[in-house]
Order: sequence, then C-alpha cells, then structure tokens
Amino acid sequence: MIFKVCEQEELRRLFDILAADNTVVGPVQTGLDRNGSALNAFKPVADYTNLNLGYTTTKLSAKSYFLPFRESLASFQIDGNDWQKTVDYHCDRPIVFFGLHACDINALNKLDKVLMGNTYPMPYYAAKRKNMFIIGIDCQPQPFCFCRSMGSDTVLHGFDLFITDIGNRYFIEIQSATAYNILARIKTRPPEEVDHLQYMAIAAHKNKQFTSRVDTTDLTKILDMEFQSPVWKQWGDKCLGCGTCANVCPTCYCYGVEETVDIGLRSAQKVKTLYSCNIVDFAEVAGGHNFRSERHTRLKYRYYHKHRGFVEAYEESLCVGCGRCGEACLAGITVPEVIASVRGEES
Amino acid sequence: MDASQAQNRTYLGMPLARPRVAFFELSSCEGCQLQIVNNEANLLDFLSLVTVVNFREAMTEKSDAYDIAFVEGSVTRADEIERLAVIRKNAKVLVAFGSCACFGGVTQLKNRFKDPAWVKKQVYGDRSIQTNDTARPLEDFVSVDLRIYGCPVKKEEVEKIVTHVVLGRSIVQPKYPVCMECKENENTCLFDLGEPCLGPVTRGGCDSWCPNSRFGCWGCRGPAEDANVGQLQVIMKQYGFTEETLLDRLECFGGFAKDAEQLRTNMKLSPRRHEGTK
Repeated sequence: MIFKVCEQEELRRLFDILAADNTVVGPVQTGLDRNGSALNAFKPVADYTNLNLGYTTTKLSAKSYFLPFRESLASFQIDGNDWQKTVDYHCDRPIVFFGLHACDINALNKLDKVLMGNTYPMPYYAAKRKNMFIIGIDCQPQPFCFCRSMGSDTVLHGFDLFITDIGNRYFIEIQSATAYNILARIKTRPPEEVDHLQYMAIAAHKNKQFTSRVDTTDLTKILDMEFQSPVWKQWGDKCLGCGTCANVCPTCYCYGVEETVDIGLRSAQKVKTLYSCNIVDFAEVAGGHNFRSERHTRLKYRYYHKHRGFVEAYEESLCVGCGRCGEACLAGITVPEVIASVRGEES
Repeated sequence: MDASQAQNRTYLGMPLARPRVAFFELSSCEGCQLQIVNNEANLLDFLSLVTVVNFREAMTEKSDAYDIAFVEGSVTRADEIERLAVIRKNAKVLVAFGSCACFGGVTQLKNRFKDPAWVKKQVYGDRSIQTNDTARPLEDFVSVDLRIYGCPVKKEEVEKIVTHVVLGRSIVQPKYPVCMECKENENTCLFDLGEPCLGPVTRGGCDSWCPNSRFGCWGCRGPAEDANVGQLQVIMKQYGFTEETLLDRLECFGGFAKDAEQLRTNMKLSPRRHEGTK
C-alpha cells in the first residue's frame, strides 16, 4: 500500500484533471430539509466548488449509477420479415466517483460478490463497475450510522484512492496503478511521522463518535431461533410497504423484469426494474398465490436476507450500516431497533 | 390505413383483432379523454391499433357498435344512469376511465355535505338542474371490467393497457404505492420538505407525477394494495399535520372513502351521505 500527502488545493487540481475527460459524480448539496439540515445527493459535477466533500450522508445511495432503478436489458425491432435484437449495457464512458464514504464502497464490494462473483455475472452491472474510478473520502459518524457494527466503517479494497482530511492537508491511500499515475500529475509528498500520528489521532477520535450500534454476535442463529417472534408482527404493523428502504439502500439489488410491446407493434422492450421485498406482490407467483401477503412476513424477509442468508452464503452481512433505510422510513423502522427487539433488548 | 388492411394486420405472424372502441363521458371535465387526443406522438399508432367509432371530443361520427367502452366521469344525474346502462349493454368490455369513473373523483366531494339542497343552491343558484344528491362511481350501477386510475389518467399507461388488450396479454397494474416511482425519480421526500403527501398509501403508476413537481400526493389513484393508512395517520401527526389536512386529501378523489369515513368517526364529524340514487 502506498501513502501520500497533498495540500488541500491540490485536490482541486486532481478534480480538474479527472473532470477534463470524464463524468465526475460526487456529493452535492441539493437543498435544505424542513429542519434546515443540508440535503445531499450524488450528482454529476463539473465544477469543484459544487462538491460538498464534508457531506454527512446522502438520502439515496449512489446505486442509480451502477444499478439503475430502470434499465432496458434488450430491445427488439421488427424489420420486414426479420427482426433485430439490440443489447446495450448503458456504459459508454467511465464514471469517476469523487468522494464516496467507506460504507458505499463496501456496498459495491458486496454487490460485486453477488453480481460478478458467480458463474453468470450480470454484464449490465459489470460493464459499469469495471469502468469506474473511485475516490473514497473519510466521514464523520452520524447518529444513525452503525457501519462500525457491520465492519464497514473502513474499506480495504474496491476503490482507487481514499483521502482523509488530516487538517489543512489530505492523507491519501493509493490502491490502483491508475490512481498512482494520475496522482503523479499533482503535487504530493510521502507522509512523515507527524502525518501518521495525525491520521491515527483522527481515526481514534472518529471511533469514539459512533452512538448507534447493532450487536451482530450470533445474529444468524438468533434470527433462526426468533423466526416466530411477535416483534416481527409489531414492526410489520408499522411498515407502509412502500419499498423506500430498499430503494435508498446501497446493496438492495432485487429486481423484476417486464416485457412490453410498443404501441406501434414494431418494437418491444425487456426492462429490468429494481423492486423491493416489502412490496405486496414481491412474492406473488404465477397462478396468483402470494407467499408473503402479510406485511410483517415481507419486512422479516428483508432482514433475513441482509443479516442471515447473505451471511451464511458470504460470511458477511449484506448491510453496511449506512442507516439510510431508517432515516428514510417514515414509520421510523430502523435496523438497530429491529435487531435489538429481536434479541429481546431494549433499544 | 384502410379497413381491409386493418383487418389483415398481424403481429409476429398472428392475425390481430382491431377492436371497435368508444369513448363516453358522464359528469367529468373530459380531461382523461383529452389525454388520448393530445398525445400526438403516438396518436396515429393508437388509431391503427383500434377502430374508434364514438368519441365526441374528437370526431363527429357516432356508432353504437363497439367492443370496448371507455367511460369517463361519475354518475350524478338520472339520465346518466340510463346512458350508462345502454353503454353496458352495447359493450363487451366496459372500462372505468379515470378516477371519477373509478371512485367518483372530484365530483364526489359534494357527498360530504350534509345538506344536498344547500350544495345545489350554492353551485347552481336558482337554475333548475336535475342532479342527484350524491356523485357515484360506475360500479355502483353497472359491472366494470377494467379500471384505469388517475386524475387525469396517464397516457403512457393507457397506451400500454390498450396494447395489451389488443395483443391478448394480461393487464398488470402497479400494486405498490407512489413512493416506489418517487424514489426512482430521485425526489426528496415531501415529508422531509415539510409537505403532507399521500404517496405512501396511494397506488403508483403515475410516475410520481405530482411529487416530481414538489406537490404532495392527493391520492387520485386510490389506495395501493395493502395500504397502511392507519400508520400514515400516525406519521402525519408526528410531522405536525392536522387530521383535517389528512381528511381533505383522503376525501378528495373518493378512492379512500372507507378510510375517510373511519377518520370522520374518529374526529367525531358527521358522516358523509351514502345513499346513492340508484
């Protein structure tokens, strides 16, 4: 691993170099909420001053750039007595992410396992994922962040550069050859002992800031034991079944596919749409039977996928602890509270 | 395309039926029919798909020989009950077209007033107008085969449904709430902006039309399947909105009539009038 240090102003030069030839997506403040707090979103950015690198979180994850909510898988055109099929992975240029937090990079690493790590990788995802340049950035734990419980507060791979503000300068971790070559175009220096000390002091301070946590000890077993727990019904009664938790989640990848014929009857589309396991017809099958017609069974399965099934398959949770689902849930259903209740703890 | 060509039209080598369709309006603004007419980009394709034999808003010719009747509007007059019965008799498929036809729509707002005579006086003055005491959806008078929701209907959805009817494919309407499409459109939640919204309980399919313009949902498409209206009531209160605010929205289009009635009971308000003139 190679470390560098650069002055703050150099980051702007790095941005300008990258933005000259690429689409750069980064955190942008889009407005204020009803309490006057900043609302942030990942948007294409052309001007460095529009970036809000000190952002707390974004309402939506960066998912739409690599797992769009709606994506055409194939289109078909009737051509005389013949027909043509067109497949497009919707990736005609690289995307540079400028300022992803560790949780969101960990989310990508988890998606990689599901969508690229099996016998049949999903080309629509792989095309975009293989064509990314990611600059990670350090963050400040928010009251809803429980990434530390999920082991996602730091990230080991899956990015090109990771920068940490160590006071009027940035500490840079280099993970890829591309990043090394691009960094050669700005002014950096090797870190000195004082930079190491400062980095460690900042990391130690950050670790003390977490207020929200999830106890994952024996969680797969406890979920197995508590499948019939009455708490599921209590949470299900609150659930709106609106799918928002899955839509804001950086790792929810479940989807449906719809085939439609255009009104002119000369073309057709096969479209993939991200879906949510909390939606009433998620487990409805041909013939009309619904395996999870009750809200609480659907909510439960979302937790079982994230915290049990995925853990058994990949030895890690599918949740990165970003806390977006709990923040976005109008009914106030949060992962720390749900898990605590299943464990029989007061939250 | 002339009639003989239309008769011989095929899709993937299979002969294609070209249903005769008719559009009718009862008490309504005719805005749903306008959605069909003003979709210029696809209008010719739409007209190739079906034979329109009756469409007062768009053509002079009239015929009673039709397969599919799209009926917009609610039933508010005695003569409309008779017209609707004739349409039902003529049509193989009767489509409730838009929220007025499905739930009573905006016209059913008059149902919440206790004294129909007072309402009539306020609206029509001394003019002699025959109007029933309540505005009712089509299904209170005839059987309805298909409902297309919305105020107005979403033209893309209508086209998709009509295409599916012609191709003999099953028609699947969204069962999820507006929130799904609102998140897809990457809108900021209106509750975060301090606005009330019925999106979490209202049937989607509108592409979150109103929230896209930062306008909270009023529930024109009626309840999503398994809508948790009780929880929305709790949420509205937490966000500082009065029960009246919620009731206004639940009552606006008629789709949430049962929930509105329950809320009225909780608020100790007088119930709406139920007795339709059938």
